[in-house]
Amino acid sequence: MSAGTPRSLASSGQRALQDISHPLSAEESALSRSPDVLNPNSAGERDLILANGTPVDTSSPASSSSLLNRLQLDDDLDGETRDLFVTVDDPKKHVSTMETYITYRVCTKTTRTEFDLPEYSVRRRYQDFDWLRNKLEESQPTHLIPPLPEKFVVKGVVDRFSEEFVETRRKALDKFLKRVADHPVLSFNEHFNAFLSAKDLNKRQGLALLTKMGESVKYVTVGYKLRARPLEFAAMGEYLDVFTQKLGTIDRIAQRIIKEQSEFLIELREYGPVYSSWSSFEEDLHDPLEGVSGCVSNCSSALEELTEDMSEDFLPVLREYGLYIESMKNVLKKRDQVQAEYETKLEAVVFREDKKSPVSSDVEKCQDRVECFNADLKADWDRWQNNKRQDFRQLLTGMADRNIQYYEKCLAAWESLIPLLQDKQDTKGETN
Amino acid sequence: MADSGSEDIAVIGNTDLTPSESENNLKNTMAEKGTSLLKMMEISVAEAEKRTGKNAVNMQETYTVYLIETRPVDAASEGTNPVPDSLWRRYSEFELLRNYLLVTYPFLVVPPLPEKRAEFVWHKLSADNMDPDFVERRRVGLENFLLRVASHPDLSSDKIFYSFLTEENGWKETVFETGFQAKADSRLKALNATFRVKNPDKRFAEMKHYGDELQSVISQLLRVRARAADRLYGVYKVHGNYGRVFSEWSAIEKEMGDGLQSAGHHMDAYAASVDDILEEEEHYADQLKEYLFYADALRAVCRKHELTQYELEMAAQDLTSKKQQREELATGMIRTFSLKGMTSKLFGQETPEQREAKLKMLETQIEEGEELVKERNAECEEFVKSAWVDIERFKEQKDHDLREALISYAIMQISMCKKGIQVWNNAKECFSKM
Repeated sequence: MSAGTPRSLASSGQRALQDISHPLSAEESALSRSPDVLNPNSAGERDLILANGTPVDTSSPASSSSLLNRLQLDDDLDGETRDLFVTVDDPKKHVSTMETYITYRVCTKTTRTEFDLPEYSVRRRYQDFDWLRNKLEESQPTHLIPPLPEKFVVKGVVDRFSEEFVETRRKALDKFLKRVADHPVLSFNEHFNAFLSAKDLNKRQGLALLTKMGESVKYVTVGYKLRARPLEFAAMGEYLDVFTQKLGTIDRIAQRIIKEQSEFLIELREYGPVYSSWSSFEEDLHDPLEGVSGCVSNCSSALEELTEDMSEDFLPVLREYGLYIESMKNVLKKRDQVQAEYETKLEAVVFREDKKSPVSSDVEKCQDRVECFNADLKADWDRWQNNKRQDFRQLLTGMADRNIQYYEKCLAAWESLIPLLQDKQDTKGETN
Repeated sequence: MADSGSEDIAVIGNTDLTPSESENNLKNTMAEKGTSLLKMMEISVAEAEKRTGKNAVNMQETYTVYLIETRPVDAASEGTNPVPDSLWRRYSEFELLRNYLLVTYPFLVVPPLPEKRAEFVWHKLSADNMDPDFVERRRVGLENFLLRVASHPDLSSDKIFYSFLTEENGWKETVFETGFQAKADSRLKALNATFRVKNPDKRFAEMKHYGDELQSVISQLLRVRARAADRLYGVYKVHGNYGRVFSEWSAIEKEMGDGLQSAGHHMDAYAASVDDILEEEEHYADQLKEYLFYADALRAVCRKHELTQYELEMAAQDLTSKKQQREELATGMIRTFSLKGMTSKLFGQETPEQREAKLKMLETQIEEGEELVKERNAECEEFVKSAWVDIERFKEQKDHDLREALISYAIMQISMCKKGIQVWNNAKECFSKM
């Protein structure tokens, strides 16, 4: 297909997308597809402009077109040979006259040439992660940026410095960086690089602040109304709506279970000691009753562990997916806006067709934007679906594991009690 | 290992014993106690039925009757399996029987009846006497009662008990003919009176205290257990909601759908399993309840001892004071203050004839009093001897039964844990296939 082919309205743009065969498609076979299937026009560098006039950074190798070349050289990007490893650990409290806050150690190991050194170890605080995410959203508007844990916590209600809170947050931040690191486009972003390597991030942030316009630049062109969302994106939207619902339900159920288990635990903690006080005025039955008391106590501890684990590990991940879905919905909306703009401008041009003026470059650029966005989004969607599947498999398997461990602990406790309970027969025989 | 019967061998090493199996073990234990009655016949409360009829004030009422079946032991072992003899009794007749036994054998720890009204219920359990589950548990409890009585060395040979099992008509009249109700009064007195005994038998005082503590602790245990059962029910049932949401979720998933759907089914199974679990636990609660009521019976024996002791002490006191009066009269010395003494001082002494008459009367009273004291003393000693034998027997029975109850409770818990592990393993497999 050449540039001279008449452009149809974006709603049938899907055909163009399929022909383009996006290099970031999650299908394994995409990597083996020969480059001549590609639209030669998209192989060149295009000037993609953001609504506010700043150019999209296409000079980096991460731009969708030149990435193709990289992919043909790299191995399977699905994780077998990774060249960038990031971890978040070692939370520490910092106390200054102005404020108290937590920093986390961010360790990087990489063989990428974009980095000066093979290893980095820097300390970052939540603010820094937030800055990074905003920069990523700004500079990679067509991509789904992983979510961060909630920014604001009501002081006094939640202890920001409690071990559980810090640990939960650390895990979420770790997840966030790992997801960015695994993303074939986002991981090459210069802000990500700076985040991982810069000694003094504040300076970089300061510079960035100067060029930053407003809280977060929205790649949303307002005022354009979309006629119809293409089928596949509409399907994504519907899926997200239902999925949000189901996630919410699962969250509520999990919370309810934790609550019921906590109430049960309260009763158990009263139940066990009664056996103990009973044993205090029994002779023969003293040991068996004490044994039962101890057993119930062990089961109580096991139950407490289970509820704590579910609270700390299960619920936060569910909530994080909620945020992820919100991000995805926003990206879909942005895409709609871009398509709407294109359609509107195209209509205007078509309307003026009689004047035989050439198709303005503006419309062309819009079309490119739409196509790139759609391609990026589809690739991100497939990746997200894959990750979601793995994440939930892991999450639910983890839930099953914890319950199994709980029952195994209780089982062990009761089984070890049986010989103690039956012991009387032996001692009676001896004394007789 | 002590030769304490076959039921132990069944339990050791076999943690898959069901509650009904351990119940059979208990029956076997009682049968092996070797009372003459149980050697002769098998006893069971086989069924329960609802009846309606007019009561004493001519009003319609609905009540439940229980079928008592008796069968000669040899017939069953010969394998011929003849139709058992049977008759219907209602709860109030069981109560009558027990009251008779209490009054007739005050020195024995008489086995208790299952509770009259459902207590310590958790929300899913009905407190309604007509509820089929309650009736069923009561049937079991009544059978247990009969077996307990039948396996008691003394109670088993009671004629009224025998006719309770065998004579449907006219039994009530037979009971009343024994005149036990007259003695019932003194029993009531024993239970309700607040008198102070000067020299209580220490062992009985300790036993009574033990009975108090046992009753208190078992009540507490049953209360908390019922609350815990409620909570456990909630935990399991909420998991059923996972079943529904996984099913709905699987509808929008492609590859994850099957795994989610099947996992959901396992969550449903998990939620449903709690009903059986808690039903089994009720069995344990019933075993505890029996001893809760047994504690009461124990205390009643101790109270009866106190009464007997008290009456002895009263008689002895009375005798002493009469003897003192005689001495005073004989010697003319007034040692103790008495109105008579004062008035005679004030108004002059009585005539020698009067004194003579009085002395004679006192002598008679003293003679009678000495007889009474001897009688009461013998009674007391007899009571103490018989009661203490039965209390020792009861202690052993209690230790054995409660130990067995704890074992079967532990087995129940083990079974519950194993089921839980299985369900979650099944779910885990489904999740891993997502």
